Amino acid sequence: MHEMALAQSVLEIVEATARRHAAQRVTAVRLEIGALSHVAAEALEFCFDAVTRGSLAERARLEIETTPGAAWCVPCGETVALPALGAPCPQCGSYQLAVSQGDAMRVIDIEVA
Amino acid sequence: MCTTCGCGSSEVRIDAKTAEAPAAHEQAALAQPKYRHYRPGAHWHRHADGTWHSHVHGGASAHGVAAGPLDAAPAAGTAAARTIRIEEDILAKNDAIAAENRRFFADRGVFALNLVSSPGSGKTTLLVRTIEAWSRRTPVAVIEGDQQTSRDAERVRAAGVPAVQINTARGCHLDAQMVAHALTHLEIAEDSVLFIENVGNLVCPAAFDLGEAHKVVILSVTEGEDKPLKYPDMFHAADLLLVSKVDLAPHVDFDVATAIDYARRVRPGLEAIVVSARTGAGLDEWLAWIERGVAAGREQREGSIEALRRRIVELEGELARRSERA
Repeated sequence: MHEMALAQSVLEIVEATARRHAAQRVTAVRLEIGALSHVAAEALEFCFDAVTRGSLAERARLEIETTPGAAWCVPCGETVALPALGAPCPQCGSYQLAVSQGDAMRVIDIEVA
Repeated sequence: MCTTCGCGSSEVRIDAKTAEAPAAHEQAALAQPKYRHYRPGAHWHRHADGTWHSHVHGGASAHGVAAGPLDAAPAAGTAAARTIRIEEDILAKNDAIAAENRRFFADRGVFALNLVSSPGSGKTTLLVRTIEAWSRRTPVAVIEGDQQTSRDAERVRAAGVPAVQINTARGCHLDAQMVAHALTHLEIAEDSVLFIENVGNLVCPAAFDLGEAHKVVILSVTEGEDKPLKYPDMFHAADLLLVSKVDLAPHVDFDVATAIDYARRVRPGLEAIVVSARTGAGLDEWLAWIERGVAAGREQREGSIEALRRRIVELEGELARRSERA
C-alpha cells in the first residue's frame, strides 16, 4: 500500500523545511487532501504516526483539510460541486465536466518550535 | 481497520453501510467536518461553528486551543511557535523526476506511453503483437514493471526489441525514480517509441506520473463493463482506452459501448479503440494512434529546435550591436 510512501514523502518535505529554518521540532503539520484525490485521509494519518517516530516531527499534530470536489460543467457554463469522479453535474446531469478542485494532495504548512 | 496500513476504516462500505460500527470519533469523521484533527485515542469536541478538534487529555495540547489556522501567537513563557508555509504537493519529488524524464524524452523525440490495467488484461500479449506489427517504423524500447520475475521483459526481447525489467518486490506501482533508473540501462534511440508496461493494478499507478506522453488504460472484455465506474482514478488519468480481447466478447456479458460510455463519465472525451491481440482486430487503428503521437512529438521537437535557431540568430544580432557600440 502506498499511503506509507506518501507519508514518507510528507515527512521528507517537513524535515527539509524544518532544517532550512533551523527548527528543532515540528509540532504540527497541515495537509490538504482533496475529496477527489488518490488517498484516504485516515490511512495517511495512521502511516504518518508510524513514519514520524524518531524524527523531529514525532508526536506532531496532523491536521487534514478536506477540499471538496468541484468541476466546470460545459453545458451549464459554471463551476459545480463534484462529490466523486464519475458523478454527473448536480444541476443538469451532464458528464461533460472538467475537474477544477479537490484532486490536490499538499503540505500546506508546519508549526515548529 | 487494516492494521498493516490503516486502510479501510470509515470509507469502507458493504451493501452501502459502513463495514464496522463507527466509534464516536468516526461518527465525527462521517459528518465531514472541514478541519479534521487526528490523534489516535483522542477525544472529539465539536465547536458551535461546526469545526472539530481533538486532543489527548493531559497531553501537550490544552483544552481550549481553538481549531483553525496554525499561526496564532504563542503563549507567554513558551518557546516561540512559528508557522512555516510550504504549499508543496506531496508527490512533488516524484513529479520533479517525472518532469526530468519528460525533458529527456522531448530532447530525443521519444514518444513514451504508460500502459496501465488490471493484471491479466492482456497488456504484454498486446504489446508483443504491437511491436511485431509496428515492424520497425521507428526504433522501440520497453520498460517492464512487475512485482517479481522477468518473464514479461523476456517475452518482449523475444519479439526483437530491447527491454528492461523493473521488479518492485512488494511495490504496487512504478514511480518516476524507477523509470529514470531503468533508462540508464537502455539504449534509447532518437525518434523512437518507449512503452512502459506498469505493474498490473487498476488503482495505484493512476497517481504516479512517470514522465510519459499519455497513460493508456487497457480493459479486457472479461473484466466487466462497469470497471471505469469502480476504478475511476485510473480511467480519469488516461488519454486512451484499449478494450482488449474483443474476440472473446461473444462468450461474456460485456457491452463495449456501455464500457466506453462509463469510461467517458469519469474522463470526458476519452479516445477508445477496440482490439484483439489474437485476431488483430483494431490493431491498425491503435498503430495509427501511435504514429500520430510520434509525429506530434517530432513536430514539437522540430519546433523547439527552430525556436532555438531563431533565438541564436537574435542573440548573435544583439552581440554584434553591442560589440559595435563598445
